Amino acid sequence: MTMIFGVPMAVFMGQLTLGLVNGAFYALLSLGLAVIFGLLKIVNFAHGAQYMLGAFAALLGFRYLGINYWLALLLVPLVVGAFGVLLERFLLRRIAHLDHLYGLLLTFGLALIFEGTLVNFFGVSGARYATPEILQGGLNLGFMFLPTYRAWVLVAALAMCLFTWFMIERTRLGAYLRAGTENSQLMQAFGVNVPLLITLTYGFGVGLAAFAGVLAAPLYPVSPTMGSSLLIVVFAVVVIGGMGSILGAIITGLSMGIIEGLTKVYYPEASNTVIFLVMILVLMLRPVGLFGKEA
Amino acid sequence: MAESQSMAAPSAVLERQKRAKFRRNMFYLALIVVGLIAPFLAYPVFLMKVLCFALFACAFNLLLGYAGLLSFGHAAFLATGGYVTGYLLASYPGLTPELGIIAGTVLATLLGVVFGVLSIRRQGIYFAMVTLAIAQLVYFMFVQAPFTGGEDGLHGVPRGELFGFISLSSNLAMYYFVFAIFIFGFALIQRTVHSPFGQVLKAIRENEPRAVSLGYNTDAYKLVAFVISAGLAGLAGSTKTVVFQLASLTDAHWHMSGEVILMTLLGGVGTLLGPLMGAGIVVSLQHILAQSPLGNWVSVILGIIFVVCVLSFRSGIIGELDKMYRKNFK
Repeated sequence: MTMIFGVPMAVFMGQLTLGLVNGAFYALLSLGLAVIFGLLKIVNFAHGAQYMLGAFAALLGFRYLGINYWLALLLVPLVVGAFGVLLERFLLRRIAHLDHLYGLLLTFGLALIFEGTLVNFFGVSGARYATPEILQGGLNLGFMFLPTYRAWVLVAALAMCLFTWFMIERTRLGAYLRAGTENSQLMQAFGVNVPLLITLTYGFGVGLAAFAGVLAAPLYPVSPTMGSSLLIVVFAVVVIGGMGSILGAIITGLSMGIIEGLTKVYYPEASNTVIFLVMILVLMLRPVGLFGKEA
Repeated sequence: MAESQSMAAPSAVLERQKRAKFRRNMFYLALIVVGLIAPFLAYPVFLMKVLCFALFACAFNLLLGYAGLLSFGHAAFLATGGYVTGYLLASYPGLTPELGIIAGTVLATLLGVVFGVLSIRRQGIYFAMVTLAIAQLVYFMFVQAPFTGGEDGLHGVPRGELFGFISLSSNLAMYYFVFAIFIFGFALIQRTVHSPFGQVLKAIRENEPRAVSLGYNTDAYKLVAFVISAGLAGLAGSTKTVVFQLASLTDAHWHMSGEVILMTLLGGVGTLLGPLMGAGIVVSLQHILAQSPLGNWVSVILGIIFVVCVLSFRSGIIGELDKMYRKNFK
């Protein structure tokens, strides 16, 4: 059997795929954080909880309403995103004029509420969500076995990232958003409805998190705490990449996933911590982040 | 600033400062008297828990309230103090508790230097994210390290004999020791806040570029504030371990970092008494809820308090009272 640095090829490639899939989630979530941060200037601490809500909405929708995976992939981001719109309209907007740290604290409180409530109803052990039939099984590529669902997650997540990039960089709405990120007061003076833009942006970011949640549902146990530990890693990814660029968020997310996967092969004890160690390294060498702009 | 004022009207300003200082001293005296009587009015173990968390919250408040730095990783210091003290006292029976506490505090302080050097490279929300991430790193290290007992934690840490001859097995003796530690920590924070160093911290909080332009090395000031805060959080953790004779992962979890923020926010950020008040309320609430049918809803209720505080109660209880006092009596 072919060996790579003393590890069987199949194991190596398997962990690499796992890492890439994790990286796709990091990319999707950090992208959502970056979009929200750009316009609202707050760090959405409820992002992990909203990702978890996405997974739960898919699970419960299937269990009680018979909504299948594909419909869930379409509906759940809309529903959870609409919920995000309400949060922005009735809570976040009231503190928008204050120090942005308050936004972080408010969303942290919301995360505690969502997580705690679901723990009371569903416990912490986690439920299984069946992989849709067409995506079950896997492909034998000769040098490795590629589970179809993981391949699909990778494709879907990257497609969503590209869609977001396209929306922001190539459409009129995206141009408004970018201008608002630069100077929202001037935008308002030009007659753009900035408060509406902010609400929609937050809803979109939340929808991205929920989309990631639906993608994750067949992959990981669906539990109320699935989002919070992931979110802390995503924060580290955001610090590494900087929130300045969309492409930066995608590249950083994927590469951190790969690094984590490879650490699992060669030094499993550090696989939990390696991303934080990379963050420390980046803070020492390039404090603004790999893709960050100098302040 | 203070000098130019005193040149304008020396006697009036001096008089005002003297009166403020007198009021402060009377206030401290009252606090000490209340603390001395308290164990006869309430259950000492409960009071000790409040005091440990109050010291933790006061340490956190030094950073957020006076330097404007929101750390989301203070649980790491609480846990480091607790684990080091717990491990030493459990492994070396001859060691007296005060030495164990000092060792825990010193290590938490050193960890504070590492945290501080890294995290003050970024500002605002990035600072919060960096501290949270490093604290999570510390959490995973505690999960895997051999001396922490992993998921089980450390149990049966002996309280021992203070200075080798005062037994701490009675809760009353333990209480007065904890109270003395709290007063020490509280006094250190007050001294820091009211020193020229504290004035510079406040200047940095209000306008950092301006403080830089006035020639202050703001990073050094922030680092020192961070290290003092980390050390005192460690002291709180060490003391807590001796009181409850255990150290566990709960103290290292990010929920704990959130709880100390809530205590400070609820009591009043940047006030003297706020963190003490906030710690008292949160600890009482957890205590009461744990025995009620709502026991499983603690984290939801804390979340709701968070949201309410941020939306409509940002000065905290002490801050709001202070505002009311200023409006009606001045």
